[in-house]
Amino acid sequence: MSWFRPADVGFATRQTLAEWGHGARLLLRLVRTAGASFKRFGLVRDQIFFLGNYSLAIISVSGLFVGFVLGLQGYYTLQRYGSSEAVGLLVALSLVRELGPVVTALLFAGRAGTSLTAEIGLMKAGEQLSAMEMMAVDPVQRVLAPRFWGGVIVMPLLAAVFSAVGILGGYVVAVLLIGIDSGAFWSQMQGGVDVWSDIGNGVIKSLVFGVAVTFIALLQGYEAQATPEGVSRATTRTVVVSSLSVLGLDFVLTVMMFSI
Amino acid sequence: MNPLNTLPLVELRNLTFGYGERVILDDISLTIPRGKVTAVMGASGGGKTTLLRLIGGQWKAQQGQILLQRQSGQEPAQDVGAMDRHELILARRRMGMLFQFGALFTDLSVFENVAFPLREHTDLPQALIRDVVLLKLNAVGLRGARELMPSEISGGMARRVALARAIALDPELVMYDEPFAGLDPISLGTAARLIRQLNDAMGLTSIVVSHDLDETFQIADQVIVLANGKVAAQGTPDAVRNSTDPLVHQFVNGLSDGPVQFHYPALPIGQDFEGAVP
Repeated sequence: MSWFRPADVGFATRQTLAEWGHGARLLLRLVRTAGASFKRFGLVRDQIFFLGNYSLAIISVSGLFVGFVLGLQGYYTLQRYGSSEAVGLLVALSLVRELGPVVTALLFAGRAGTSLTAEIGLMKAGEQLSAMEMMAVDPVQRVLAPRFWGGVIVMPLLAAVFSAVGILGGYVVAVLLIGIDSGAFWSQMQGGVDVWSDIGNGVIKSLVFGVAVTFIALLQGYEAQATPEGVSRATTRTVVVSSLSVLGLDFVLTVMMFSI
Repeated sequence: MNPLNTLPLVELRNLTFGYGERVILDDISLTIPRGKVTAVMGASGGGKTTLLRLIGGQWKAQQGQILLQRQSGQEPAQDVGAMDRHELILARRRMGMLFQFGALFTDLSVFENVAFPLREHTDLPQALIRDVVLLKLNAVGLRGARELMPSEISGGMARRVALARAIALDPELVMYDEPFAGLDPISLGTAARLIRQLNDAMGLTSIVVSHDLDETFQIADQVIVLANGKVAAQGTPDAVRNSTDPLVHQFVNGLSDGPVQFHYPALPIGQDFEGAVP
């Protein structure tokens, strides 16, 4: 018997396409709920508070350590070329262009994304979403949409916190520990970081990552099998799919933003 | 008598539903009379919960109609399966459903759970919402538990809260999915009496899916027994209890031998054990 069975390949392809189609329809529904969601902004505000609070500690601590490492590595590399004063610029550009949005998205996927998936999956398993449907309330609009928009809004804010704390970490290492001139540290940064092409593109990146990670987390929860095993698998898939999506999207966005 | 009261609130006509090759409901027809308590019984996996989901429009049947009488009674009944999204929302506002384990929103208090449909569907002022919620909670005996969270109440209490939530918008039809499962005898009796009392006091129509023969037969006006995807019996509790149909007889008396086999289809036991060890 042959190991290659065309019927299996056809079935798997059809199933994958159906899943993609289903996901695309859910994303479209979420985008279309924007008006209704912002009319009841209290629900979105609660999610911003909830998701932001969830991730703030891990984002801040990670940002600080990333800033420490960037300060050290930057100094050792730049001093070879006699430009160690530019360490502030290197730390800031690395953070606002790349590491801020990317690492924030990866941490958000692991912290808040898994929480969203588990919450929605357990609501489904506990028939709470069915109960809502039977009360003539659309669970996509009432439950998923506020979380989606909350995640999209909170991601750039967290990325900004990450970058800001990271720059402070870089300052501590480069200025306070190594002894780089404080004025040079800040002035090089001020002169070299552009608001639109550096910070603006970083913000756009984190918005795109916010859409991707929050949507993947919600989709996995909404499509999870209503069993403990199903919710556990969905949570794992959230981390894997979100992380790969963020890294893939980062490459595409970087090509689009910085090579033109 | 109002002629509207003589019409069945729900009528199923030649309804067929299944998953792939497996048929759950096979060309069944039945009626749910207005103002009565109708019990739907049958073996596990026999399509009872499916029936509720089909009436609620959560699932769509492959064939047949589910006719829901309009409120006015003047126009022809609507087919739930053919409703568009807006019509379905309007139809569901005339229904309440009690899920097997209550399906309370775990992040909301008892009060907020009952207030949820009122906040979503009405513009009532806060003071009026409070009064309505307390009235509904009082009807199920849990006015004093309004500040508790779902994790702080027992399974029986959770179902009573879910019942208060199901009747918050004064529906015409309330569907109960195994409301007695896992309840202690006191909670079970309380729940059964509550279903009957609310049905009569509020002029509801109730559909109760249950395995509990004694309690269900006590409160039901009509009993429907589903078996093998068909309606095996439909009538008053006494008529069903005295049915000579072998399948109904087996179910009502809880017999392990009968048309419903104890063993899942398998090879003859001798054949299964012979040569099992390589």
